[in-house]
Amino acid sequence: MTDQIVPLAGHHVPWRQRLIRSLLYGKDVDRNVKARARVGFAMVAFAAIYGVIAFRLVTLAVVGDSHGTRRTASQDYVATARPDIVDRNGEILATDVKVPSLFSEPRRIIDKDEAIELLTATLPDLDTPEVRERLSSKKGFAWLKREISPQQQQDIHKLGIPGIGFLRENKRVYPAGPAVSHLIGLVNIDNQGIAGLEKWLDTNGLADLHRAGFASDRLQKPVELAVDLRVEHALRDELIKAKDKYKAKAASGLVSNVNTGEIVAMVSLPDFDPNNPREVNDPDRINRLTTGVYEMGSTFKTLTLAMALDSGKANLNTLYDARGALHYGKFAIHDTHPLGRSITLSEVFTFSSNVGAARVALAQGVEAHKAFLKKVGQLDRLRTELPESASPIVPKRWVDLNTITIAFGHGIAVAPLQAVMGINAMINGGYLIPPTFLKRSQEEAREAGKRVVKKETSDKIRYLMRLNAEVGTAKQADLLSKGYYIGGKTGTSEKVVGGRYSKKQVLNSFTAILPADNPQFQVLVMLDEPKALPETHGFITSGWNAVPAGGKVIARIAPLLGIEPRFDLPPSDRLILAASKGSQ
Amino acid sequence: MISREQRTPFSEWWWTVDRVLLAAVIALMLGGVILSLAASPPVATRIGLDPFHFFNRHVMFLLPSFIVLIAVSFLSPLQIRRSALIVFAISVALILATLLIGPEVKGSRRWITLLGVNIQASESAKPAFVVLAAWLFSESARRPEMPATSMALALLMTLVSLLVLEPDFGQTMLILMVWGALFFIAGMRIIWALGLAGISAGGLFAAYLFVPHVAGRIKRFMNPASGDTFQVDTAMEAFSNGGWFGLGPGEGIAKRSLPDSHTDFVFAVGAEEFGIILCLALLALFAFIVIRTLSRAYASEDMFSRFASSGLAILFGIQAAINMSVNLQLIPAKGMTLPFISYGGSSMVSLAYGVGMMLALTRQRPRTEIDSLGNADAARGFA
Repeated sequence: MTDQIVPLAGHHVPWRQRLIRSLLYGKDVDRNVKARARVGFAMVAFAAIYGVIAFRLVTLAVVGDSHGTRRTASQDYVATARPDIVDRNGEILATDVKVPSLFSEPRRIIDKDEAIELLTATLPDLDTPEVRERLSSKKGFAWLKREISPQQQQDIHKLGIPGIGFLRENKRVYPAGPAVSHLIGLVNIDNQGIAGLEKWLDTNGLADLHRAGFASDRLQKPVELAVDLRVEHALRDELIKAKDKYKAKAASGLVSNVNTGEIVAMVSLPDFDPNNPREVNDPDRINRLTTGVYEMGSTFKTLTLAMALDSGKANLNTLYDARGALHYGKFAIHDTHPLGRSITLSEVFTFSSNVGAARVALAQGVEAHKAFLKKVGQLDRLRTELPESASPIVPKRWVDLNTITIAFGHGIAVAPLQAVMGINAMINGGYLIPPTFLKRSQEEAREAGKRVVKKETSDKIRYLMRLNAEVGTAKQADLLSKGYYIGGKTGTSEKVVGGRYSKKQVLNSFTAILPADNPQFQVLVMLDEPKALPETHGFITSGWNAVPAGGKVIARIAPLLGIEPRFDLPPSDRLILAASKGSQ
Repeated sequence: MISREQRTPFSEWWWTVDRVLLAAVIALMLGGVILSLAASPPVATRIGLDPFHFFNRHVMFLLPSFIVLIAVSFLSPLQIRRSALIVFAISVALILATLLIGPEVKGSRRWITLLGVNIQASESAKPAFVVLAAWLFSESARRPEMPATSMALALLMTLVSLLVLEPDFGQTMLILMVWGALFFIAGMRIIWALGLAGISAGGLFAAYLFVPHVAGRIKRFMNPASGDTFQVDTAMEAFSNGGWFGLGPGEGIAKRSLPDSHTDFVFAVGAEEFGIILCLALLALFAFIVIRTLSRAYASEDMFSRFASSGLAILFGIQAAINMSVNLQLIPAKGMTLPFISYGGSSMVSLAYGVGMMLALTRQRPRTEIDSLGNADAARGFA
C-alpha cells in the first residue's frame, strides 16, 4: 500500500535532497492524503469555473430572448389590416392583399457592396444611394422596398443575401381603380387611411383598433357604401365622353337618392387611380363636389322659388316684372333672353329669368331669404363621412344686392353636394336629409332628416322641374331619356376671371330628378368651362352641353337604378299638379 | 452481453473501464460532427475549397481518433508510461524539425507536413508531457532518493523553451498551468503555490509589457473601444441572436463573418444555430468528463494513476474552459480549440490519445494488481 511505501523516505537519502523536499512539500506530511485533498480542490475549482461559464450562458440566453425589438416593430406593420369596402350590392371596392415587403437587418449584412449591387440589379427602380444609406445604418431593421411582387421576392430570395428578409404586409387594392377614387380615398404605405372614406375608417375606430393590435385579420366586417358601382361606372363613362366632347377643364357628376340622402354615384374628373396615387396631390384633381365651392347659377333659382311658394305669399301664377333690366344702384341685372313683359313664377323658372328670380327674392326680403338658405343648409359647412369638405363662401354683409344675385345663384359659393342636398329637400316632400356615403335605410333617413318646406311646395317644384323638361331649358335631356319622365334645372354661371364675370368661361350644371312625378333620384352633372362646338351653334350655356350629357347619363343609369320607363304619360300640369291638388 | 465468466482482454476492459465516461466522450465527438457541419462549410467556401472539405476531414480523422482512444484505454499504467515517453520523444523531435524546416504561418512555425498530413507536434507532446510529469511527481513522493522534482522542472523547461521558440504562447500557458496544477496536487506547500501564482502573474505582466500582440488583446478586453474587437463582438451577437433555442440549423450568420468559426469560435456558432441549450449541454459534458475523471483520480490508490489522470483531466478541462470563456468574452482573446468540437485534424488524434490514457488510468483495478505493479516497479528501480 502506498502509505506503507512513503516511510521508505528517510535515512539513506542525502540531506540536501531532504532539505529541498521539505522546502517544496513540507516536513513530515502524508503526501497521499495531501494529494487526495488537492484533487478534491481541483474538482471544486473546475466546478466553479464551469459554473461561471454556465451562468454567463444563461444570462446571454435571457438577454437574447428579451431583446426581440425587431420582431415587435415588424409586427406593427403586419397588423394594419383594414376591412373590405363594398358597394351597395356587395361588389368589392377596396380590399387587402397580402404582399411581401423587402427589409434588411443592416447589422447582419456581411458584404454591403455585394448586397447593394445584387439588389439594385434585381430591382432596378431602387435608388442606389438611398439603399446604401439604409444598409450602412446601425439599425436592426430598415425597409428597402415595400410591396414587391412574388416574382421579385423569388428573385431576391434566390440571391441568398444574408440580412435580407421579407415580411408579409397588407397592401390595399382597389379593383374598381379610378372609378371610386374620390369616394374611397386612399391609404399610405403603412395601410393608414389618408383620404376619403379610408381616412374616415381610421378616424372612426380603426386606428384605435390598430393601435391595440386587434385589427389583425379578416375578422372585420366589410363596410357597405351607398355607392352602386354600376351606376358609378356609367356616370364616369358619360362624363369622360362629355368632358372630351366639350373640351371641358373638368367634369363632375353625382347621383343621389332623394329619399335617403345616399350618394349612389359620385365622379369628379380628372380623378386618380388609388392603386397608383401619383397624381393625388395635383390641385386639379380635387373632389369638385365636396372640396370645391362654386356659384351654382340658375340651379339656385329652384331654392328661391321654393322659398316664395312655401311662404304662401306667392303661387305659380304670381306675376313678376321682367320688362327690362333690374337696376340696383350702379348695377343692372339682365336676362339672357329678355321677354319684355311681366312673367309668372312658372315662367321665371322655365325661362330662367334672372330679373324674375331677383324680384321673387326681393319680395321675400333679405332676412327671410337668408333664413331660408340657412334652413336648407346652404350657409354652413356640410360635413359628411368624407374628410374633405369646404365651407361655403357667403357674403359678410348681406344686403338687397346680395339677395338679388343670390336669387339666381351668384354671390354665394357652395359645395355642389350641398346644393344637391338642398334641391333634394325641395323635391322629396320637404325633408332636408344630410347626405351620406354609407348605406342607409329610408327610416334612418327620416330620423336624420327634418322638414324644411311643405309637401305642396315640393309638389310644385317637381312640377316646375318637369315643366322645364317639357318646354324649358332641359328639353334635350328629356328627349335623350324618353320614358323616364325627368325634370330638371340648368345652371350656367359665369366664372370670375380677373375680378370680373367672364362671358367665355362658365361653369355649367344640370340638375335632374327622375321620375318627376315621384322622384327617386337626383342627378347632377357639371361641366367646367365647356367650349362652343359647331353643333352647339357657338353656344356654351348649360342647355347645349350639360343637359345633353345629363340626358345620356340618365338613359344609362335609370335601368340600373331600377326605374321602369313609362310612355304616353300626360304632361306635368295634369300628372303632377292635378294630383297634388287632388290630394289637397 | 459480454460475459464476466471468461476473462478475455476485451471483457476485462469492458468491465473495468469507466463506460459512462466513455459514453460522454463519444457524445462529445458526435456533437463535434454536428457543429462541424454547421460551422465549417462557410469557412471552406471562403478559402475556395469544397464546402464540405473540413467536414469530410473532421469525420475522416474521427475514425483513427476513435481507434487510438480505444486502443490506448487498453494499456496498463506501465505501458502508458512507456508509450508516453516514446510519444514525447517523437513529439519533441518533430517540434525541433518544425522549428528547422516548418513553414512560417502568421509569424510562427507550428506545423509540419508528414505523409501529406499537417501535424502540430505540440498537440501530441501535451498529453505525453502530462503523463511524464505526473510520473515524476509520483516518483518524488515514493522514491525520495530520486531528484524527481528537478527532473519534472527540466522536462517542463524543455517543452516550454521549444514552444516559446515556435512561438506558441497559448500552448505554453496551458503547459505551465497543467504543470503547476500537477505540482500543486503532488503536495507542494501553499507558500510555493502562491509564489508560482505570483510568478505567472509577473510573467503575464511582462508579456503585456514586451509582447505587443498580447498587450493589444488585453487592452481590447479591458476596453473594447480601443481596437478591433470584431471576432468577439460577432461571437457575442451570435449568442444573443441564438437565445435559448437558436435560430435553427443553417440559419446562423456569425459563421459567415467569423474567420475561425470552425475552430476557435465553434461554440458561438453552435449557440446561434442550436441555442444556448446546446451550449449548456456541451458544457455539462465537459464538466462531467473533467469532474468524473478527477473523482476517479481522487479514489485511486495508485499515485501515478491519480496524478496522471488528474493531470490529463486538468489539461482537457482548462483547454475547454479557456475556449468557452474566450467565446463568451470572459477572458481576453486567446486562440485555443474546443476539444473534440473544434475542427483540428491531427490534433483530434492527440486528444483521443490523451482521453484514451485518461480512460486507461481510471479503470478499476484490484488492489493486488496495483501493489504488485508498484512493487515490481520498485524492484525494478532498485535493480
